[in-house]
Amino acid sequence: MAVVTDEAPAATATKPSRRGLDRRPGLSRKLPYLLLAPAVVLELLIHIVPMLVGIWMSFVKLTKFFIANWSAAPWAGFNNYRVAVDFHNAVGEGLLKSFGVTVAFSLITLAISWILGMAAAVALQPPFKGRSAVRTLFLVPYALPAYAGILTWNFMLQRDTGAVNHILVENLGLTSDRPFWLIGGNALASLITVAVWKLWPFAFLTLMAGLQSIPRDVYEAAAVDGAGSIRQWRNITLPALRPVNLVLVLVLFLWTFSDFNTPYVLFGNAQPPAGDLITFHIYNASFLTWNFGSGAAMSVLLLIFLMIVTGAYLIVTGRRSRRA
Amino acid sequence: MRDTKGFKAYRAVVLTVLGLFVLVPLYVMVTSSLKPLSDVQGAFTWWPSHITLDPFVDMWKTVPLARYFVNSTIVSVVATVCSVAIAILAAFAVSRFRFRGRSVFTTTVLSTQMFPGVLFLLPLFLIFVNINNSIGVQLVGTRLGLIITYLTFSLPFSIWMLAGYFDSIPRELDEAALVDGCGPMGALARVVLPAARPGVIAVAIYSFMTAWGEVLFASVMTTESNRTLSVGLRQYSTQTNVYWNQIMAAALVVSIPVVIGFLLAQRHFVAGVTAGAVK
Repeated sequence: MAVVTDEAPAATATKPSRRGLDRRPGLSRKLPYLLLAPAVVLELLIHIVPMLVGIWMSFVKLTKFFIANWSAAPWAGFNNYRVAVDFHNAVGEGLLKSFGVTVAFSLITLAISWILGMAAAVALQPPFKGRSAVRTLFLVPYALPAYAGILTWNFMLQRDTGAVNHILVENLGLTSDRPFWLIGGNALASLITVAVWKLWPFAFLTLMAGLQSIPRDVYEAAAVDGAGSIRQWRNITLPALRPVNLVLVLVLFLWTFSDFNTPYVLFGNAQPPAGDLITFHIYNASFLTWNFGSGAAMSVLLLIFLMIVTGAYLIVTGRRSRRA
Repeated sequence: MRDTKGFKAYRAVVLTVLGLFVLVPLYVMVTSSLKPLSDVQGAFTWWPSHITLDPFVDMWKTVPLARYFVNSTIVSVVATVCSVAIAILAAFAVSRFRFRGRSVFTTTVLSTQMFPGVLFLLPLFLIFVNINNSIGVQLVGTRLGLIITYLTFSLPFSIWMLAGYFDSIPRELDEAALVDGCGPMGALARVVLPAARPGVIAVAIYSFMTAWGEVLFASVMTTESNRTLSVGLRQYSTQTNVYWNQIMAAALVVSIPVVIGFLLAQRHFVAGVTAGAVK
């Protein structure tokens, strides 16, 4: 989850000086490695080794016949990749469409979550009666287990028995036919709504903490100079929040792009094409057809994409902040 | 400036809109859990035709919810305890010692956070199958497999956050502990840990929430005997009926432990999650 800082503490904090514990000879040579050992072993077992195996898997023909004895699966070379990016066949076409849906989902969810989080953080910045109660309420969607919240939305989005259509048709009279929300073209809108509901409190939380670090007297000085609320927000708040925003946007993007829970719980196994997010697509491609080699190739492509985006983002934002 | 009419109007609008957005689903969850089945099968109503607690009774029979509850509790608690303990040791090393490989470790640990779980899922599944075939330790379909998996999910974040907390504790305190005759581990236990208690609480809550809410690995790594709540709750849909009132009741009950934990320790959690963002 959250790496809500501009840099890792290892990079920002003062380098451990050769003082205190680190100054003791002998023991301290080995001790740090002993302390790290459990974490390293587990990281290797769950993250590093599986990733390497995943890369290897993407180069073999790993179908259900080889699950029990997967090291004997025949070599496939780049064949899995060729199929995944051949946009004229069904597999490649499916992947491409799913990628497009995911980009749209991710960017829209990120944008709305950020806007709502910012709007609420600014509104709650000056103290007022009931502020902490409101803050607590806003955090509840984030605190709920994801599946509990998504199941509730699933219920609300049912066509005939759900609250959403009841509100739209009966309460507000906005439309007379009851739209489908979980199948067909509206699926993406449903996904975005549910994802925003779960995610915007995190943006709110982070931005609120960022706002608290801005000294009050800066605003007072600006007010004396005649700057209105909107100018204060643009010229003081936004620039001051820049380091927070840089990380927040990246984290939100990585989360939404890798979101699995929302489509899985919202749609079950019958995901509509309009809501076919990429992690769910890979999951289905692998576990419904038991074609693990192909699924692994798609996973590696996804990883490469996320690494490129992250790298580009860090370079661009890093350069700008240095210039500024 | 901030108390102008304009700002108050803005605040009222924002709080109303967002309040409704947050509250309506919570309201639907709570009221639907108090409705008889006929209510949730017909057109939606804002209020139950009559209030009943039956869904909270029946939900334990429709699916083996108690077993899922026990599974989720064991998996989440064990994963949390192990994760926090391991993170404390690692964060102590990162914060207090300078050693070869330190930055490689922190970079690697942090970057694993970035990768989607689906990436590890297939290989991990096969590795677990292989471990079972070669040394006979059953990991797929047991709690142990989930515990090992979950404790690493929260580990990178916990290490990162605790290291930040430990860094903020003056090294002079370590030295004082050394002078008083403590070893390095004594300094950790007697000085650093007590001072970093809010951070420890925060990562513990985070670890527990992660494990309690995990869906992806639970859907692949579990069978009927070790199924957790995140997958078990899907089973209220049968061929003939979807027991929405019981689903909402169950969703409410499984949410209570994490929401209470979160709200009680909210301050620590918020401070922890945002530590570093507000330097």
